[in-house]
Amino acid sequence: MPSIATPDADTPSDVVALFLFLGVAAVLALFATGLTDDAAFRFHGYILMAASVLALSAMTIGVAHGRFRSDPKRYEDGVIRAGVIATMFWGVIGMTVGVFIAAQLSWPDIFYFPEHGWLNFGRLRPLHTSGVIFAFGGNALICTSFWVVQRTCKARLAGGIWPWFVFWGYQLFIVLAATGYVSGITQSREYAEPEWYVDIWLTIVWVAYLFVFLGTIWKRKEPHIYVANWFYLAFIVTVALLHLVNNAAVPVGLLEARSYSAFGGVQDALVQWWYGHNAVGFFLTAGFLAMMYYFVPKRVERPVYSYRLSIVHFWSLIFIYIWAGPHHLHYTALPQWAQTLGMTFSIMLWMPSWGGMINGLMTLSGAWDKLRTDPVVRMMVVAIAFYGMSTFEGPLMSIRTVNALSHYTDWTIGHVHSGALGWVGFISFGAIYCMVPWLWKKDRLYSNALVEWHFWIATTGIVLYITAMWVSGIMEGLMWREYTPDGFLANSFIETVSAKHIQNVIRTVGGLMFLSGTLIMSYNLWRTIRMPSARSSANVPATTIEPQLLPAE
Amino acid sequence: MWKQHHRFERHSLWLVIGITIVVSIGGIVEIAPLFWVESTIEEVEGVRPYTPLELAGRDIYIGEGCYGCHSQMVRPLRDEVERYGHYSLAAESMYDHPFQWGSKRTGPDLARVGGKYSNDWHVEHLTDPRSVVPESNMPPYRFLADQDLDQHAIQAKLRAMVAVGVPYTADQVENATADLNAQVDPFASETSALRSRYGPRVAQGDFDGNPERLTKMDALIAYLQQLGTMVDFRTYQAEDPENLR
Repeated sequence: MPSIATPDADTPSDVVALFLFLGVAAVLALFATGLTDDAAFRFHGYILMAASVLALSAMTIGVAHGRFRSDPKRYEDGVIRAGVIATMFWGVIGMTVGVFIAAQLSWPDIFYFPEHGWLNFGRLRPLHTSGVIFAFGGNALICTSFWVVQRTCKARLAGGIWPWFVFWGYQLFIVLAATGYVSGITQSREYAEPEWYVDIWLTIVWVAYLFVFLGTIWKRKEPHIYVANWFYLAFIVTVALLHLVNNAAVPVGLLEARSYSAFGGVQDALVQWWYGHNAVGFFLTAGFLAMMYYFVPKRVERPVYSYRLSIVHFWSLIFIYIWAGPHHLHYTALPQWAQTLGMTFSIMLWMPSWGGMINGLMTLSGAWDKLRTDPVVRMMVVAIAFYGMSTFEGPLMSIRTVNALSHYTDWTIGHVHSGALGWVGFISFGAIYCMVPWLWKKDRLYSNALVEWHFWIATTGIVLYITAMWVSGIMEGLMWREYTPDGFLANSFIETVSAKHIQNVIRTVGGLMFLSGTLIMSYNLWRTIRMPSARSSANVPATTIEPQLLPAE
Repeated sequence: MWKQHHRFERHSLWLVIGITIVVSIGGIVEIAPLFWVESTIEEVEGVRPYTPLELAGRDIYIGEGCYGCHSQMVRPLRDEVERYGHYSLAAESMYDHPFQWGSKRTGPDLARVGGKYSNDWHVEHLTDPRSVVPESNMPPYRFLADQDLDQHAIQAKLRAMVAVGVPYTADQVENATADLNAQVDPFASETSALRSRYGPRVAQGDFDGNPERLTKMDALIAYLQQLGTMVDFRTYQAEDPENLR
């Protein structure tokens, strides 16, 4: 006989808390929208209001149907599945925008629309960078961290419904940031463009993320915290710190979108590049190293090469990275002592970076044949190789005299993309190729041949991209400083622009190839998800899953 | 030594504390001294806060993402000094919240673009960059000339600037809207109230070629035309000990 219980008494407290929080958010959005004189701010108020109302309706329906009861014996995988889909969705969007703006620089007469200012390069460029870094990369980090922390702690995600808040809250952050850029709302801080109220929203989401992650670690059934979780934790904690300091600003008004940085001039520049470089160091490196430390050993079924190297790698990497920011400001009005410190630590950073690369590559000891047989392993290994290459190139470019040539040129763009496409992109693709069959209970991917196609098209695309940017960057750097025998500057600025046309075209083609690879991957994953399930039971209890992973000692 | 590491591996709180300390050191050592080492910013004559119109133009510069392709930082290298002008001083951007030094030159540096081209050239170039520079790949900004400048928050903007340390006087904040509109007055006198508040060298007049309206184009060109013009470099002695950093 079914028990008759009042639904109210059953509604879990975490759901009630989120419900109240969203109610407050909806009311705040209503007031903001109604009272502001700033059209841009009102537009974002509408978005926040719509999001809150949608979320509240969904939760109301869910509670009425008795949903949201988490079973502590099972892993929370639904939010990870959502994260995988979001990662691929934003990846395709972010990369498409990248190809589009590359085409604008190649063929300005075709790809600019004088009547549509929101499609101009200046507004789309942050859409591309945030789209691939925060939307694609961020979703990949959040969903893999949720997978890894549960499996390595043998515990369900903490916080009940709050992991879902982290997921949807983060998507809302992306939507607010992206719509802001195209309508001209930006702080102009590279990779921290969203305005003050979007920053506050991200802070709330990020604190929830930290507590979901830490809460899961607190519940762990393993005595040790696995090495991948150290990296995820360093990523979450440090990004919070960077975000709070770099976005310190005074809003023009509580109902105005615009704010002014708390710092000015030279101080502002160093704060921003302390942030900017550590967005690379902690968002794009530490977090993705965590993926390497879990998915590479897991996929090749070998333990991490060296436990001690992991420890040295971890602490030295996070200590040294934070100093490297001033190398973005060589020969500027930043005092020279700060530039020298930044350069010195940037060169030192080579060592922990390569320590980590060696630790990842050597994990394949005894399983090198998988490079030949498993394209997913090959993808991750090539990712680590690109990591090694760009972390060698970075210290080189941070040397002041090299930087005098490379700074302000396309060389920097090439460097970033060898890291972003090669390392961040490929390690995420590898992790997702691993996770999708696990998450949707399939015994394999739909097609390994399509993975091969993805791998080769994308790799060729990266090579085209970065070689084109090396050539154009070094060429324009040399042209800017070229003198005639009479001692006059040899080139006007515009001559260096037109000289880069063919490289710009090759870059566009390379980017298009990388995007094509991602589309092939999306198709492959979609077909994998639609395959009949390998196992009949949809949910395997957490306690029966034995991770094959060996602890790091 | 390796055994000591168990503390971090078994206690998440120790791990979080360890991470926080280790990642804080570098930032504190590098950033904090910039706020109290006096030689960080040179003492120069002439740098003033932006007029309300220039500030509004700067907000458009930021909103359009101009910093993505244009730096505002001339480095002390021979070719840059000859191409753009005197290398940039920290003092020249001390009222820039946020700074606009940039990181990429898809287009040329703009730190000293002020006064280099006429207002008409800027209007033509912003409207259709390839009509004056055929090889350019800059986006067109025709729409700026069609849109009225949004003035509703200009006084609040000056107040926010005061809050972050820019020395606007009470008089300047009080008259923000009046000064904003006075700067595009083509019949302004040499002794206008705007100039009495911001100095005699403030450019005053119609910027976008359309005296009927105060457009975003007016504000953006007003901002561009003052870039790098404030310091009188005849009075700046680069070799003075206090200027060696």
